[in-house]
Parts: sequence; structure tokens; C-alpha cells
Amino acid sequence: MTDIAVPDRALPPGPLARLMRRKLAVFGLLLIALVVGGAIFAPLIAPFDPFQQNFDGLTIEGAPMPPGGAYPLGTDLLGRDLLSRILYGARTSLIIGVLANGMALLIGTLVGITAGYFRGWVGSILMRFTDLMMAFPALLLAICLAAIFTPSLWIVAMVIALVNWVQTARVIYTETTSLAERDFIAAERTLGAGTGRILFRHILPHLVPTIIVWGTLGISTTVLLEATLSYLGVGVQPPTPSWGNIIFENQTYFQAAPWLVFFPGAAILMLALAFNLVGDALRDVLDPTLRGSD
Amino acid sequence: MTPTPDILRVDALSVSVRTETGLHPLVSDLSFRFAPGETLAIAGESGSGKSITSLAIMGLLPPPAVRVTSGAVILDGRELTSLPEDQMRAIRGDRIAMIFQEPMTSLNPVLTIGRQLTEAIRAHQPISRAQARAMALDALTAVRLSQPERRLGQYPHELSGGMRQRVMIAMALALKPQVLIADEPTTALDVTVQREVLDLLRDLQRDTGMAIILITHDMGVVAEMADRVIVMRAGRVVEQGDVRQIFAAPTAQYTRDLLAAVPRMRDRAATGSENASFEITEQNQIHDIRFTREHPIARLENVVVRFPLRSGLLNRTTHNVHAVEGVSLTINPGETFALVGESGCGKSTIAKALVGLVPHQGLIEVDGQKLGSLDATGRKSLTRSVQIIFQDPMAALDPRMTVGGLIAEPLVIHAIPGDHKARVADLLSRVGLQPDHADRYPHEFSGGQRQRICIARALALNPKLLIADESVSALDVSVQARVLALLGDLKTEFGIATLFISHDMAVVDTIADRVAVMFLGQIVETGNRAQVFGNPQHPYTRRLIAAVPVPDPTRTRPETVRLAGEIPSPVHPAGQAPDRVIMREVSDGHLVAQD
Repeated sequence: MTDIAVPDRALPPGPLARLMRRKLAVFGLLLIALVVGGAIFAPLIAPFDPFQQNFDGLTIEGAPMPPGGAYPLGTDLLGRDLLSRILYGARTSLIIGVLANGMALLIGTLVGITAGYFRGWVGSILMRFTDLMMAFPALLLAICLAAIFTPSLWIVAMVIALVNWVQTARVIYTETTSLAERDFIAAERTLGAGTGRILFRHILPHLVPTIIVWGTLGISTTVLLEATLSYLGVGVQPPTPSWGNIIFENQTYFQAAPWLVFFPGAAILMLALAFNLVGDALRDVLDPTLRGSD
Repeated sequence: MTPTPDILRVDALSVSVRTETGLHPLVSDLSFRFAPGETLAIAGESGSGKSITSLAIMGLLPPPAVRVTSGAVILDGRELTSLPEDQMRAIRGDRIAMIFQEPMTSLNPVLTIGRQLTEAIRAHQPISRAQARAMALDALTAVRLSQPERRLGQYPHELSGGMRQRVMIAMALALKPQVLIADEPTTALDVTVQREVLDLLRDLQRDTGMAIILITHDMGVVAEMADRVIVMRAGRVVEQGDVRQIFAAPTAQYTRDLLAAVPRMRDRAATGSENASFEITEQNQIHDIRFTREHPIARLENVVVRFPLRSGLLNRTTHNVHAVEGVSLTINPGETFALVGESGCGKSTIAKALVGLVPHQGLIEVDGQKLGSLDATGRKSLTRSVQIIFQDPMAALDPRMTVGGLIAEPLVIHAIPGDHKARVADLLSRVGLQPDHADRYPHEFSGGQRQRICIARALALNPKLLIADESVSALDVSVQARVLALLGDLKTEFGIATLFISHDMAVVDTIADRVAVMFLGQIVETGNRAQVFGNPQHPYTRRLIAAVPVPDPTRTRPETVRLAGEIPSPVHPAGQAPDRVIMREVSDGHLVAQD
């Protein structure tokens, strides 16, 4: 007849300590550190100048060199060292995949959460604008924006952020509308909590899993969107390398020189995977109902 | 034992769940047998294993973690637990049928009633669509559904909860099963609807001679329906026997506690003593009431809440849901005011209007302040006087916050100075929890403990009025009794007034000082407890009281008039309003709506 007793347990360790207990999360963090380290220290560790067209970088027939020998990952069509280009390209791709994507996520979350919580005319205006952005060809918009401003890496990042927030906004909007109907939000309101407190202390934490999923999905799409823009001449200008534009430059030679697409592709995959692993672990660590299952 | 052969026999059945730490028994060594035409009730509180037992009989245990570890289920001489799935499927629905607690989730929302019924029938019998349709129609007629022909073409959402449960029963009975398992068949229904469904089940059993396993937590339902009872607790049988014997002379302590915890309506007709005792208390209260009438803690005058239904190209309001229509009431300091009624009568809407969650028309005055005229800061300060406890404590607590954080939340929001930690510890011990529970999360507690957490949070600001919106409805009876006792203690200790909203007449009869009965957004009867329960005047009040299952198997229930149709709708076209009832005073403070 007694209430079920709560089992005793030791005081839980902090979120960071619990994150560090997960092997996959640590692996993900190491991968991220590797990419960031490579980008920062590119001038120190790159074996060649990424813009240098090496004389011995092409075969006698003029084809790119396969991996091995002096060029660990081979060379591209112009005889440039692929490893060096990927290391320097990490700078561009990190800015795009992490910063621009993060900005897009931030805008999407703010728009979605505001529209979802307030509904009414605020929500209608925000969501109709989102629909409009969704229907508008993103590439066209990006080209327009990039044409107005002089192309530079930062402009490209901004353009990508302004184009990529819409999906996140829609998903966050839908989730927020259902969260806002939950009893614990009503309970918060009856306690006298202000809107800011409800939105950021009580609704936002429940959106973390969704934000993480969209954030990790966004890394590869934004990196490739940057490449598309470069390809169309409105993105990062060649010869500045980025993972995306290395793939685009070389995709037609995929059969003859597969390493030219494989290595930058693997780099994008690695970055997305690393964030995915850390994101998943972070989601579990932050969810108190999963305590003890790690 | 009965001379008739057993239709179903369960022998030493054990069910276990496989977890990382090994096998955990959910049901241990359960044995029973019963004959055609018999009703066996399996009673117990949540976690007792009663639903797992029914799923085990049906062969519907969730694979792969939960399975039968030993024992046998023998239906008509055939062992079921070792039967392969395809043979089991033929038995399920045909020989053993089951009805679930929540009829809405058990019906497919995108198929018509007729389609679902005929498919269920044709899954077992090789007959034509037309024949199946005829059988479906028969089944719907048998469950006394109005306009059965029309129902076949309707979708589940077009029917009310009671009608949906009848459809479920029709579906279960269409193939004339030998055994019907009813898992909490009336828990999600209103009392008057529950009454009708129980009557229907009993009549159908008399006509068809099927055996019913009734799984319920409600001892009132057990007393009215069962021939024999199995009381379960934590997967084990506590007591088993004839229903009269269990109620009259329970041998196990648990059964005694369970029966003692069941809220009961006072038996007024028998003694009439309560009226006498009431007069004495009223004499004592006259002084108080005169004093307090000038300063009621909450006053509602002609409160109206309508929700617009918009449609059409211009999104104009075409209809209004008249949730609350001209309600007036006052709640005095320190009293428990109960608002009773069935789902959709507007009682919860009044609670939401009082705490400002829905907009209202008319006057709501709390602690001397008019609710409608307050600005943001005024509304915020008002939340210090009025606090609400919701029905489902798990839903009302943010699962991502610790209990300490949740209880301190109002202190932080209102920037109350002082040691929050000490205050939280104090509140936790006040509601019967340990101070060191503050570091834990809501999911680590049981339902009753969670509701205590909600109460602790509501008390943090020392409110003058506590609104309990169906706050004990979702709890097991023993837990319910203790939460009710806690609310009673708080009332005497702090003089907090309570607006107690409930559909359960028996609970209201145990704790309320004054009662208002609501029907379709209006109050149809109000008075103190003795007046409303001892001398109910309005037909609806009488019907509500008569519908409450009485936990006494020896009592023969007087035949109630069956409700002819469905409850009228609170939806009216824009510009129209329902007729207001006119209240007439029967005796001092006892008001009844005139017909």
C-alpha cells in the first residue's frame, strides 16, 4: 500500500563527465579536433603549397598522380597536392559547415519557436514567410545575394545561413506547437513564468534532439551547397580550395582518378559523422530520463 | 467448484520480462478457472500485473522481452501458450475477444465503423461482404447503439466516448466469443456512460452465456459485476474467492486496505443521522460564513467562456463552443468547494479561466482583484494567490528538471528572497517526501509521489486558493486516499480554500464542504454537501449519484432510467446562445435549476 520507493543512487556526475564516459562521443570529439587542428595548422603540416602546380605532380601523359609516393593522397588535374588542398579546404568547409550551418540553425530555431509558441498573426506571418522561402529556389536566391555583394567566404556563409534555415524553422515550429499545449507549460504559466523563461528554460531543452539531427544533416548539405555556389562562380573563388569545390572540379574524372572525389568526400563524411556522434551522445546525456542507461 | 465444465483454466502462469539484469517476474504462479456465464474480476492497482495477465491469455505479450515462463492457459481443453501465432490468431477474436480501456485509440481513425467491423468478422469467417455487413449491423443493434444503420458509415471521431466503447464491444461480440476479456472497459468513460456500458455487458452476458474476465481497479465495478474476484498485487494473487465473501470478510490485509481506501458515498437514506449532525456543524459555521461572505477568496459572476469555431474562406466565426455559460459562484476562505460534472461540462474550463489560461467574459474576482482588468504584473502577482494542480502529474512536471528545480521554480519566478533549498526541503517533507528527493527527476517517482511534487510546487507561494483539477482521478485508490488526506490536512493547517474539480461523486462526497453540479456549461444545482447529496433536486444530479458504482455486492441497485439519446452539444451557431437556466432556492443556500 505504500508508494513505490525510490531506489537510492549515488549523486550523478555532471553532463561533461557523462559525455566523456561514452566512447563514441570521445571518438567524435577527436575527429572534430583533427579537422579543426588540420584547418588551423594547415600551413605547418601541409607538405605543399595548395596553389602550387607541381611539375612532377602529373604523369608523363598529363594525368593526375594516384595516392602514394611524394603525394600521400595523390594530385589533382593541375598537379596540385590533394592532401594540402584538403587541409586548406578544411578552413572553408568548417566555416561553411559549422558556422553558416550553425547560423541557419539559430535562425530556424528562433523563427520556429516564436511562431510555434505565439501562433496567431505573429506565427502566421513568420510561417508564411518560411513557406515563401521554401518555395523560392534556394540556389537562385543565393546567386542573387552573392551577385549583389562581392563574393567572399563570409558572404557565402551568410547566404547559406539565409537560405538553409527554413527546414529547421518548419520542424521546430511543429514541435513547439505541440510542446506549448503540454500541461507542464500551462503549469509554468499558472506559476507566473514569463514568456522568455517558458521559451528558453522549458521549451528549448525539449527541442535539443531535433536541433541536433538537423544540425548534423545540415553539415553535409551546406558544404555541398557552398561547392555548388563556387561552381556557379558565386562562391569561394578558385583557386581557394574547399572540400566541395574539389569534388566539383574533379567529378567528371571520377572514373579515371577516383581519389580526387573520394578523399574530399570522406572528409565531409568524417566531419558530419563526428558531429553526429557527439550530437547523439549530447542528446542522451542531456535527457534525464535516460540516466543510468549509459 | 461449479458443476459445469471450465471454459478457461489458467494453471500456475508466470510471466517475466527480460532486462539487462535478468528475468523479472511480472506475474507469478497465477491459477484460476472459470465456467461459461461467469464473471471473474481481476482487481488490483497499477503494476499489479492484471493487464499482463490478460495479454498473456490473448497471446499478445509484447515480444521479445515479455514472455510466459511457465504454466498453461487452457481454453476448452486446448493449451494456448505454446500455440503458434497463426493458430492463435484464429482463436483471438473468434473464441476469446478483448475490449480495451481507451476506445478511441483502439479504433482505426481513418476507416469507417462498418469497414472495421466487417473486416474483423471476415478475418474469421469465410462469408461475403454483405453477410458480414448484416452481422455487423446485428452486433451494433445488440449493443443498443442508436441508428445502427447510420453508424456503419461513420468514422470513430464522429462518435462520443460511450458510443465508441459500444462499437468496441460490438466488434468483440460480433463473432460470439466464449470468453470476453474487458480490460478497464469503463475507466475512460463518464459515470453515467459507465453505468450504461456495465448494464449492457451484464445483459449481453445473460443472453449469450459468455464468460467475462473483468480487469479493473475500481472496487465499485467489481462489486456490481463480478461473481468471483482475484485480488492481485505486484504480480501475485493476494486473495481469491466469491465476491460477497471478499467484500464481507476479506482475509488478506491488502484487500482490507484496498477496500478501506475506496471512496464511498455516505448512506443517507438508511440513517438520516447526517442531517442532524450537519445542523450542528452548520450552527458552528454560521458565524464563520457571515464573517467570510464579505471577503470571499474567489467570486465568479455570470462568467462566460466561448471558443470560436472558424470556417470558410474568410475564416469567420461560424459557431461557438459554449464551454461555460453564465456561471456564478463564490469560494470562501478555508472551504473545499467541489465542482462536479461529466466530461465536456465546462468544469475544467472554469479552472483554466480562474488561473488566466483561457479568456473569459463576465466577472472573476480573486482575492479582491478583478481578473480581466489586470496588467501583466498584476496577473503575475495573482498567481501567488491561486495555484492549480493538474490531473496528470507526469504531464504537469517538466521532465528535464529536477524535483528541487521544479519546486523552486515559483520561488525563482517571483524572486522570493531566502534560502530556496531549505524551503524546497521543507515543502517536500510537508507533502510526505524526503528532502533528498530534490536531486531526482520526475520519472523516478510513482504517480502518487509525482502528484505530491505538484502539490509541493503549488504550495511554494503560500496560495490562498488551490485548484485541484481532477487531481486524484488518475491515481490508484490507496494513493488517492492518501493524497485526499494530504489535501484535507493542508486545509486545516493553512486554511487554504480548495476548488475541487471532479467527475467522481464518491470522492466529492468525502471531502467537499459545498458542491456545484455542472451540466453543459451551466450550474444546475448547488448547495452544501448534505443538501446536494442528501436531497438532490435536479434530475441530472440524481442520475449522477445513482450511476456511482457502490462497492457492496449485496446491494441491489435500483433500476435506473436509461438515457434515451446522447448529451446535447454545447456548439451553437454564432449569435445564438443556449437558454440560461433559472435557479430556484430550495432551502438556505441550496439552489436548483428550474426545468
